[in-house]
Amino acid sequence: MTETTAQTTANTTANTTVNNGVNVEALIGAREALDAAPEAGQFKWRATSEWVNGTHTRSTITDFYGLGAEQHRNKTFTVETDHPEAFAAEDNAATPVEVVLSGLAGCLTAGVAAVAQHRGIQLRSVRATLEGDMDIQGILGVDEDVRNGFGNIRVNFQVDADASEDEIKALVAQSQKRSAVFDIITNPTNVFVIVNA
Amino acid sequence: MKYTTTVIIGAGQSGLAFSKHLSHRSIDHVLIERGEVANSWAKERWDSLRLLTPNWQSRLPGHAYNGNDPDGYMNMAEVVRFLQGYADSTGAPVQDNTKVISVRPLDGGYVVTTDRGEWRCRCLVLANGACNIATAPKVAQALPGLIASITPMQYRNPDQLAVGGVMVVGASATGVQLAREIQASGRQVTLAVGEHVRLPRLYRGRDIKWWMDAIGMMDMRHDEVDDIRRARRLPSLQLVGTPEHMTLDLNALRGMGIEIVGRLSGLCDGKAQFSGALGNQCALADLKMNRLLDSIDQWVTANGVAAEFDAAHRFAPTAISAEPRLNMTLADAGIKTVLWATGYRPDYSWLHVPVLDRKGRIRHDGGVVDAPGMYVMGLPFLRRRKSSFIDGAGDDARDLVEHLNSGLHRAAA
Repeated sequence: MTETTAQTTANTTANTTVNNGVNVEALIGAREALDAAPEAGQFKWRATSEWVNGTHTRSTITDFYGLGAEQHRNKTFTVETDHPEAFAAEDNAATPVEVVLSGLAGCLTAGVAAVAQHRGIQLRSVRATLEGDMDIQGILGVDEDVRNGFGNIRVNFQVDADASEDEIKALVAQSQKRSAVFDIITNPTNVFVIVNA
Repeated sequence: MKYTTTVIIGAGQSGLAFSKHLSHRSIDHVLIERGEVANSWAKERWDSLRLLTPNWQSRLPGHAYNGNDPDGYMNMAEVVRFLQGYADSTGAPVQDNTKVISVRPLDGGYVVTTDRGEWRCRCLVLANGACNIATAPKVAQALPGLIASITPMQYRNPDQLAVGGVMVVGASATGVQLAREIQASGRQVTLAVGEHVRLPRLYRGRDIKWWMDAIGMMDMRHDEVDDIRRARRLPSLQLVGTPEHMTLDLNALRGMGIEIVGRLSGLCDGKAQFSGALGNQCALADLKMNRLLDSIDQWVTANGVAAEFDAAHRFAPTAISAEPRLNMTLADAGIKTVLWATGYRPDYSWLHVPVLDRKGRIRHDGGVVDAPGMYVMGLPFLRRRKSSFIDGAGDDARDLVEHLNSGLHRAAA
């Protein structure tokens, strides 16, 4: 309720000098454009994976769909996953669940930077440490009452910025509120898997 | 067919305040009311409801509360008497028990078809209220047939409900109030909580609504806020009007034995799933409340009036369980009823004028609708933060009648 007043003050005093490397004007512009043409907001994100050997898999990521058209990148990203020796595997790469934690960290941190820019707050450093609890009796099928996925996930943010403690807490809270990966993890999603179609 | 310059649809506080200002300018008009004055307050609210605002804050142009309990909160019978008294004193031309069937554009004006004849008018005022229809999320359709589903429009008191557990979905004013009285009736309540606005009833010895008025928040205009769309979508305040001036936040509800869970995010095969974001929703609400309290303290300091009030302090953060429940098999948990306190919307089903956006919301700029001579009143943050409160009807009506009047003069010139 008072965030509008607080933000207005912060914006007018600091917007000209704050630089977190986020183009907030473009994001605000996109929000207004989408209000007029909501169909442009329909995106499809993609990854393609190839089994290497054992529990080692290589995923490649390039094109996506959005803004009403196929979007081509002139590069391809690779994300590899494997399992550690404790799982009798070769440990060629992080486990998929660690990549999920990295995705959550990347999403929340991007949000912190964007919200800070919008609110005229200069960031100096943002570090997040993530930990997820897992009882592997679930994935090993030892106990049917244990779920496969994370029990609890804890995220510990250390943020150094030109702002009060409550303003920093509000940045992190707002980032969670607008985070795709946070939503993906905290809410159910239908997953449709088809084979050899 | 009858003719009048302005048809006002609805004779609640908005319509009556608009009528008062039209009369002041001698602009002929009629109020069309489906029931009687203050119909929604009289017929579409639960038995225990009281206004969220203290009695003294029920102010309308030329009319104010004059009873002996200015700091109390009116029950619905008192609200109806208050508004009926206003209608009587202003001589508002109300045509009651008349249901609007359709509104269509005609020759730069409108035709209002009712079950008691047609009206033609130059100007039209939608004063039918923001809370005509209770909305429920899509997941409501997946509720197993054996579990009763009820909206706040249908709810009157806990005796209506089957004996057994109740899941209340939504923790704004309606949800927290109904959760409290249903729990007190002996039915175990589970409260699903998404985004909410936490407020104490009293702060530094004064009603929170007194503070919000005093520091100028309620008068803040739609063209002064950073993001008006967001301000208009903000959930209603977690407040209740009780003789004890009680604060009804999640800590109070949890203290009564209500189980607090995250937003209802899925319902499948009789199993409810709750969002894991409850902690953040509570953190957001605590931070927002504290920003308001900071503003109040700053106002007190800036005006040098600290001696008039109790000392500044902060409330305990919202406490949730260490691991809030993420799912619930409704039958196993003994849930017999789900109450959808998930918001309201206006009914424009009869409005055949292209003024709605893709979400069915009316397109307007501070109450001036995107159609010639059409106005809307009483929506959240329509022109000011107080627009949806009784106290906000007067200023909005004055501004919009001025706009309407200059439109008539332009047309005449």
